[in-house]
Amino acid sequence: MTGAGNGVPAPPPPVFLERQSYRRRRLMDAARLLPLLGALLFAVPLLWPAPKGAVVAEAGTMADGPGAVTMSEAMVYVFGVWAVLIALCALFGIGARYWGQNDGPPGPGQG
Amino acid sequence: MATLNLLVIVCLGYVALLFFVAFAADRLAVTGRSTWLRSPLIYTLSLSIYCTGWTFYGAVGYAARSGLEYVTIYLGPTLVMIGWWWGLRKLVRIGRSQRVTSIADLISSRYGKSNTLAICVTILAVISITPYIALQLQSITLSFAIFAEADPDSASWIGRRATVFWVAAGLAVFATLFGTRNLDANERHHGVVTAVALEAVVKLFALLAVGVFVVWGLSGGVVQTMARIDASDIGQWQVHGGRWSAITFLAASAFVCLPRMFQVMVVENDDERHLRVAAWAFPLYLLLMSLFVVPIAAVGLDVLPEGSNPDLFVLTLPLAEGREGLAMLSFLGGFSSATSMVIVAAMALSTMLSNHIVMPIWLQVKGSGASFSGDVRHIVLLSRRLSIAGIMALGYFYYELSGGGAALASIGLIAFAGIAQILPALVGGLFWRGATRTGALMGLTVGFVLWVYTLLLPGLGGGVMPDAVMQNGPLGIGWLRPQALFGITGIDPIVHSVMWSMVLNAGAFCAASLASFPSPIERLQGAQFVNVFDHSAGPRGWTGSVAQSEDLMIMSQRILGAREAQALFHREAELQGSRRALPEPNPAFLETLERELSGSVGTATAHAMIGQIVGGSSVSVEDLLAVADESAQLLEYSSQLEVKSTELSRTARQLRDANEKLTQISVQKDAFLSQVSHELRTPMTSIRAFSEILRDTDGLEPQEQTRYATIIHSEALRLTRLLDDLLDLTVLESGEVSLNMRSGSLGDVLDHAVSTTLTGVEAPLTVRRRTGSERIEIHSDLDRLAQVFINLIANAQKYCDADRPELTISVHHVGDQIMVDFIDNGSGIEPQAQDFVFEKFARVSVEKAGGAGLGLAICREIMQRLGGNVVYLKGQPGGAFRVILPETRALAAQ
Repeated sequence: MTGAGNGVPAPPPPVFLERQSYRRRRLMDAARLLPLLGALLFAVPLLWPAPKGAVVAEAGTMADGPGAVTMSEAMVYVFGVWAVLIALCALFGIGARYWGQNDGPPGPGQG
Repeated sequence: MATLNLLVIVCLGYVALLFFVAFAADRLAVTGRSTWLRSPLIYTLSLSIYCTGWTFYGAVGYAARSGLEYVTIYLGPTLVMIGWWWGLRKLVRIGRSQRVTSIADLISSRYGKSNTLAICVTILAVISITPYIALQLQSITLSFAIFAEADPDSASWIGRRATVFWVAAGLAVFATLFGTRNLDANERHHGVVTAVALEAVVKLFALLAVGVFVVWGLSGGVVQTMARIDASDIGQWQVHGGRWSAITFLAASAFVCLPRMFQVMVVENDDERHLRVAAWAFPLYLLLMSLFVVPIAAVGLDVLPEGSNPDLFVLTLPLAEGREGLAMLSFLGGFSSATSMVIVAAMALSTMLSNHIVMPIWLQVKGSGASFSGDVRHIVLLSRRLSIAGIMALGYFYYELSGGGAALASIGLIAFAGIAQILPALVGGLFWRGATRTGALMGLTVGFVLWVYTLLLPGLGGGVMPDAVMQNGPLGIGWLRPQALFGITGIDPIVHSVMWSMVLNAGAFCAASLASFPSPIERLQGAQFVNVFDHSAGPRGWTGSVAQSEDLMIMSQRILGAREAQALFHREAELQGSRRALPEPNPAFLETLERELSGSVGTATAHAMIGQIVGGSSVSVEDLLAVADESAQLLEYSSQLEVKSTELSRTARQLRDANEKLTQISVQKDAFLSQVSHELRTPMTSIRAFSEILRDTDGLEPQEQTRYATIIHSEALRLTRLLDDLLDLTVLESGEVSLNMRSGSLGDVLDHAVSTTLTGVEAPLTVRRRTGSERIEIHSDLDRLAQVFINLIANAQKYCDADRPELTISVHHVGDQIMVDFIDNGSGIEPQAQDFVFEKFARVSVEKAGGAGLGLAICREIMQRLGGNVVYLKGQPGGAFRVILPETRALAAQ
């Protein structure tokens, strides 16, 4: 199929990719979905129970309520998610340097 | 003890360092030897102008008041950066390919180069950013004040107002010096960007140092710090859900729309691939910037006395612990944050102001903009410098008017909400081809008005918005209350304003876009923007610069000629001090080359060609229009040339024809002259011979004498006839002939001619006539007419080579003319001879030379005198002549 005759200038792109490039493309998909994942994870704190009788921006008036999330837990969660997102993004970024040579837009000088 | 004087000295030293760095970077960039200036690291660090003095000092204060909510300011940009593939990649590509200079320029160029839109965006940006600049001035002044209070001899402090003034003036000078040094086509300022990157390092280092000091120096470790945080006033998760999402969204949109962010992210971007690194490196920077904010806030609340300003914990905490060095570092960090933001914001705003407001007005005032010269660059630079000064002055006066109080602290989010109003037009413009100028204008206006009404005016405080309006709405209309639109109360003011302004902004934008129809240039630009990845080439770095030089060389050789191009390149390479044969394609060289090329192919074409090779930009619609213009001129010129060339070739053909005819005539004349001399000599010879016999021979018989005399007589007659013919023709040609016009029947003339010709001929040809058609009265010189007929009949008699020669004479009317055709049954005249059979001295064949070849020429002259003509009829079996008589004379005769 790919060995088309000399008269054919540009063979149509193959329907099925090699396993290698298929993997790469799915990884790129994952990289693109990263912000969605981040938005979802950062929205989780919205579900946390508010401290009983808390009035936002008046820190002095609240009392401990059942299931209230402490600041240290909240910090660990938020910064944890943040760090994981950065790490994933960095991994994809480094990976993309290699994908770019095959799947990215063809740069000058690349056959 | 850290004195104020020491602080001022350190501060000035730091500024001097910044100057030096910026200057050195600019020099490096000019020589083109600085690859690290264009590294992803510098790019990432320059993005950090997002973290202003407001975030450096204010984040801790924010955390002390509202817990973890401050983190949303950083989460929004983090999500945008992580999702760079969706939006920023496209934005940067468009910015590079369209040579966009600011966010206002981007919006305007997307919507058909509409300057109205650009002015709207500029005004919106100036109104939003001015308070923000004032906020930075405040943060610097406050930090000075802290040191002044700590200084025992604080009398040396010149006072708060003077400090603000001098800070503003100093920043204006810095921004002017490095932001408007030159007018780069790409609007890149390596000096400023490098200085900003240095400041980014300083502020990160300062905040981390304070954080480390608080966590490990004051609290004794991470676990203890966490316990201390939980025990503090902000020890619980207490974030308002609506604000959490709304501010994240606001921060994300402001990150894209803020003029200063757009400047460093899109305009100053050297290579699209830097985004890939910045996508994780910048969120990391933000994470580090915000990591120690909560510990500092908690410890500050714990340690410092009640009522101290939490906004300045970063500064007051080390001071209270007696760490002057750390406090100094922290001060420099805050100073860096504030100055870098102010400088870049002033630069970005001044570009917008000068390009979209000052310059159009100046050009209009100046009259016709036809005389663009190098002069304009000077004016642009001047207007930018004035704009920077104006913006700084605005910031200063805003600070003075607002009193520099707590009202300023809340202005950060308000500015974000204002600048976010650009988002619908921006995103719509990037992803939706149907977005129109009207839509963008409507959306911006609606968003702007709502923002001013619901957030800016109430947020300014100081009674700008009367209490009555706040409580009961304007004119008592309850559902128009600024913070409870449509009667929905109880929403947080920020959430309320962001929700309504963004929803109605986007709604108006979509509705007006759907309802309106874009102009052609708008549609073209829309397609260019939305499908930018189909049009523009992939990202190109500067690694292939030598290859680019080669390409440029090849192209220039084609246009300028090989020798000239090589000389030019060699000269430029020497100027650059390069040892290689090819110069680096730096802006100066490209400019020179473009100028050289434009001399040959026109400005627009040269620009487009170089742009294609260097890859810095794709060809915009305006470029194409200009190229089309030039081509049209060339086409017109070439079509004129073509017309002239056709004309010339026609003239040449006519000349060639005339020459050929002349040659033929000359040949005929030569032939005739020899013929005439022969004709004259033959009778002369006989006359001479016989007269000599008569003279010299004695005893001639009388019969012989008579015979010889008769011969001499007839030969003399022949001579006379020949001379008569020549004379006749001369008279006819000179027009001195007198015509004896009278009326008569055509048939009679023919009868006379036929009988005259054929009488006494040995083998007369048969003449066929239709006498019925010959009964036509004509008014003419009948004798001359008869002469013509006789000549024609005699010719037939003489030349008809048929076995039984016949001549058909037919008469008929065609239009208002009478045709008399003489057609014999011979072989006719050869085609090549037909053209000049009527010329003088023409002879059809030498063998049958009966006359001098003047007969037909005389006929034609006679007929033309009589108002008719005689022509040879082509396509007849035998020789055929047509005599054309004017009918009018015939009618007049009847």
